[in-house]
Amino acid sequence: MIKKEDVYKAARLAYLQVEEEELELYTNQLRDILNFANTLQTLPTKEVEPMAHVLPLKNVTRPDAVKPSLPLKTVMQNVPEWEEGFFSVPSFRDRS
Amino acid sequence: MFQLSAREIRNRVAAGEVKALEVVDSFITRIEAVDNKVKAFLHTTFDLARQQAQKIDKKVAQGENLPPLVGVPIAVKDNIAIKDVPLTCGSRMLANYVSPFNAGVIERLEQAGCVFMGKTNMDEFAMGSSTENSAFFTTRNPHDLGRVPGGSSGGSAVAVACGEVPVSLGSDTGGSVRQPASFCGVIGLRPTYGMVSRYGLVAFASSLDQIGPMGRTTEDVALLLKAIAGYDARDATSVQTGAMEYDLARGCKGMHIGLPGEYFGPGVETEVADAVRQAAQLLTQAGARVEEMSLPSSGHALAAYYLLASGEASSNLARYDGVRYGYRTPDASNWEKLFTGSRQEAFGQEVKRRIILGTYVLSAGYYDAYYLQAQKVRRLIADEFKEAFKKYHVLLTPTAPHTAFQLGTRVEDPLSMYLSDILAVPPSIAGLPAVSVPCHRQGLPVGVQVIGPAFGEERILQVARVLEDLINTGGRPVEPWGGEGDE
Repeated sequence: MIKKEDVYKAARLAYLQVEEEELELYTNQLRDILNFANTLQTLPTKEVEPMAHVLPLKNVTRPDAVKPSLPLKTVMQNVPEWEEGFFSVPSFRDRS
Repeated sequence: MFQLSAREIRNRVAAGEVKALEVVDSFITRIEAVDNKVKAFLHTTFDLARQQAQKIDKKVAQGENLPPLVGVPIAVKDNIAIKDVPLTCGSRMLANYVSPFNAGVIERLEQAGCVFMGKTNMDEFAMGSSTENSAFFTTRNPHDLGRVPGGSSGGSAVAVACGEVPVSLGSDTGGSVRQPASFCGVIGLRPTYGMVSRYGLVAFASSLDQIGPMGRTTEDVALLLKAIAGYDARDATSVQTGAMEYDLARGCKGMHIGLPGEYFGPGVETEVADAVRQAAQLLTQAGARVEEMSLPSSGHALAAYYLLASGEASSNLARYDGVRYGYRTPDASNWEKLFTGSRQEAFGQEVKRRIILGTYVLSAGYYDAYYLQAQKVRRLIADEFKEAFKKYHVLLTPTAPHTAFQLGTRVEDPLSMYLSDILAVPPSIAGLPAVSVPCHRQGLPVGVQVIGPAFGEERILQVARVLEDLINTGGRPVEPWGGEGDE
């Protein structure tokens, strides 16, 4: 059964911060959902090959051709912060 | 004018009886008259539509060859990219995003002569069954303004239902085209997986997502499907399909139709089950052989779906990190705060819940029990359908277990919301085409779902057409009414 710690850990892995109040709510809701999903365990699937995809496609490739990209200005119109054509992000180094 | 079907509009524009610009202006008037009640649109693109219409009118005047949907106004779900138009996905995360390119389907619609009227409301990142998870506002069902339109393509269903446009595009991962179509009394089709390019559709669960057409007549839905289907090298799961000349008037004579008992069981409202059985009766009278049958694995589809879709979503939504596009928290003093703060502040509750669920079922120790087991069950379900289609031409079920529910009644309880898709999810899991058609003339709309084998779109549309003709649900728009009224 899923516990608060599990929800907290999964949230952290996904870079989501969950407040104590939300944690309780999510844990209960996810417990309901996973209980519902537990019915799957009753099916005989030992010999069944997992299905990741419905199409009989394998290793779809395309020619490695150079094609024009979108203009820099167009791409950058959606960037929250940028400078001189680069995405601006926090420093990697601890400056303290 | 707003009462006309896409086919009728196309013919009048092509014959020069009406100008494309007049068509656009007439639909703008309709949108301005009803959208404050139903709130189907997140943003309108009237300037773009007028420009497109003027170009079309020039072509008509010059006597050029005219494409199959020339002058037809269309609404597009807000998770499909139109160049230089906002694309929010119903999320604060993309509230200020403007798409720098066109989706594959949008390129095709432009070539087909469609005119873009705007982007429609949806549950955030297509996660929901009522459109109440939109970060911006709630869309209302025109048949009763106190009720939900269904979701996640609620805006697209409503826009068609009340004549704001004759046709629209939605996207269907686990029922998001068919369930709102059912709730709003319109026709909505989920194509075979791979038939329509996903290039430019914001990814939710990539092995399940398909863009699908919505309209008020089978013919319009078929026209739109034909316009958007086809191979696109930019989507690695795109499939080459043959010529699509659908003979919709063939009828259902001689067809063998299965009614899977599991889809009429507990949890399905009597009124809904009865309406669908009556539809089956009509098909018998039209010459089909209808037979009760069983699809035992289908009962497990919903559980498998939520594990698979959430798993895929947790991976797809990892891209929203506040760096290259989308929301960025004001406090981005270090990487941890940049990622976590941006995601925390901009994602809504349902999206977070699914990311957490997906991360959990994919994590070491739980992967085999949940995700892998769901993939195995997926094969059981797909194989069972395959077996069924050796015997039956199509299968007939309710689209949803109930009619449109009251606003606010399920949104606090995720599992009860998920159950709304229980009958729509099995074909999604198996990648099969399915169409929802109205099958009830009084009270709230009820949808009947016609499921076909892979690439069996023609068959399901033939059956849909028979139902449309026999039940005579009209194909005409409704006037929004009921509920709490104007806000």
